[in-house]
Amino acid sequence: MSAQAATTGTPAAWPDTYGDEAKPRMGFFTDTSICIGCKACEVACKEWNLIPEDGLAWTGESYDNTSHLGANTWRHVAFVEQRKPLRLDGETASTDGQPEPLRWLMESDVCKHCTHAGCLDVCPTGSLFRTEFGTVVVQEDICNGCGYCVPACPFGVLDKRHLPRSADDAPLALPLLGKKEDGRVWKCTLCYDRLKGGHEPACAKACPTDSIQFGELDELRERAEKRLAKLEAEGWNGPRLYGHDPDDGVGGFGAFFLLLDEPEVYGLPPDPVVPTKHLPRLWKSTALAATVMFVALAAAFVGGAE
Amino acid sequence: MTGRPARTTDWTRSITERGTLMDSYYGRNVVKEPVWQPEIPAYFFTGGIAGASAVLHGVARLTGNERLARSALYVGAAADVVSPALLVSDLGRPERFLHMLRVFKVTSPMSVGSWILLVSGGASNTAAVLELLGILKPVKIAAEAVSFLAGPPLATYTGALIANTAIPVWSEARDELPWLFGASAAASAGAAATIFTPAAAAGPARRATIGGVVAELALMQAMERRLGFVGEVYKQGTAGRLNKVAKACAVAGAAMVALAGRRSRAAAIGGSALVLAGELALRWSVFKAGFQSARDPRYTVLPQKERLARRKEATT
Repeated sequence: MSAQAATTGTPAAWPDTYGDEAKPRMGFFTDTSICIGCKACEVACKEWNLIPEDGLAWTGESYDNTSHLGANTWRHVAFVEQRKPLRLDGETASTDGQPEPLRWLMESDVCKHCTHAGCLDVCPTGSLFRTEFGTVVVQEDICNGCGYCVPACPFGVLDKRHLPRSADDAPLALPLLGKKEDGRVWKCTLCYDRLKGGHEPACAKACPTDSIQFGELDELRERAEKRLAKLEAEGWNGPRLYGHDPDDGVGGFGAFFLLLDEPEVYGLPPDPVVPTKHLPRLWKSTALAATVMFVALAAAFVGGAE
Repeated sequence: MTGRPARTTDWTRSITERGTLMDSYYGRNVVKEPVWQPEIPAYFFTGGIAGASAVLHGVARLTGNERLARSALYVGAAADVVSPALLVSDLGRPERFLHMLRVFKVTSPMSVGSWILLVSGGASNTAAVLELLGILKPVKIAAEAVSFLAGPPLATYTGALIANTAIPVWSEARDELPWLFGASAAASAGAAATIFTPAAAAGPARRATIGGVVAELALMQAMERRLGFVGEVYKQGTAGRLNKVAKACAVAGAAMVALAGRRSRAAAIGGSALVLAGELALRWSVFKAGFQSARDPRYTVLPQKERLARRKEATT
């Protein structure tokens, strides 16, 4: 149970269960300070993973028309325009008569591949599993669309796909039990198929500025610390790492970030906690409630049949 | 339906002003709303009836109240038939419902619950069929014993299921939800048995109804008070309206059962029906509260920021 390994920073049972097949834990370091908002990651992800189109809309929210991660969006670039200086030394302010400084935050969001993953813990079919690379993947041939992982993710990453089923994906059992929509849950696989072949994930491959860096998690964490120290020395406004700490509520992310503002500005939770952290206590409380209900109902028989 | 959220654009301020003052990403939710359909709160209700009915049935058998035992057995068995049908219907891939039985995971209340429901439903329906046919008495008694023991966990695990999520109003209520669902189950099973049992044998069922309603109202009150800011959703929108209906129906129904349930069949049946309506509304209110809690990012972000601030204070 993940709660028992809550402070180790290593996923429960991984990599032991893989024996000789275990690989180093792989992940992403997404450095938003050099993101240029080109959305090549969104496009590359869609193309490689054959993710269907999910509606075209203009939100009016800066350059973001994707809005959030979901069943059909596994990379999402957030855009926030701010009257705040990019650097605290005032270098970027008032250069051409502009009265106020302006910075444009861009962040390519993705599944965090948590050390203690709520989605994986609650999945009742075993569809969600931990790969030999330490990443978290949904097996599409197992998922039965129960939807438990959707509210169990502290980041709102997973969602059910409501688009029509593909033609070659007809129900195997009684036709009456089949639905016309896909009905399963989908999310980033950290390009499990590409990793198997020794390639980096599509988004990292496509990223033209190396804002998305792929590699062994331990090495990425070191690289991120160095980058943060550099930005701090240069006087940037508000740089911080998000999800790099193995002692946080999800045991650290497999895909973590360098942000320039509070996490909630980018739509990220400030202090995410895996729901199953509280489960041992919750089970005890449930067992006690069940016992008390049992005794109370028996007590209702005191006083006879009438 | 594509799952795309509605536009949130606030045209009264420029996009730059909004970005500068931003305390959540354009007001969009951080955690996802559940994708569960109305089958799920309906199942919370029927599963509760099935679980608590199994207990009523067992104790009635042991105390020699055969009339009440039979009612509770049939009510429980019926609820145990409806429950899995509701759950299968809610799946995105109903034909894959057996995938629930590929694994047993204690980290997933839904996995544990699927097994409990399988055991409880199998046992109570075996017992009901054998009772009806009047055959294989030893097998029937064994099935009754299994269903008796599987009942209480069946009635309470659903509270643990929704508390084990990232939805603030559910997760923060983890100390109350299994108890609230247990109390609601006792009230609904008592009410259902009262309807189908003559007054002379239905005393324990009436007392279960009244006791269940009293406990549930107290727990609901305690939960809302302790949740504070996060619990606001129980006073707003659909969850708020259903919450009022639930309390009114449960109180009125329990009062009718308490005051006139022994003398008047009409009062017993009418009061029990009101209690059942109230319990269904209660489950629906809790269900809807989860959606409302997920939709507004403040409920996710603000308590987490407070938690961070408290931790920072403690370390410095």
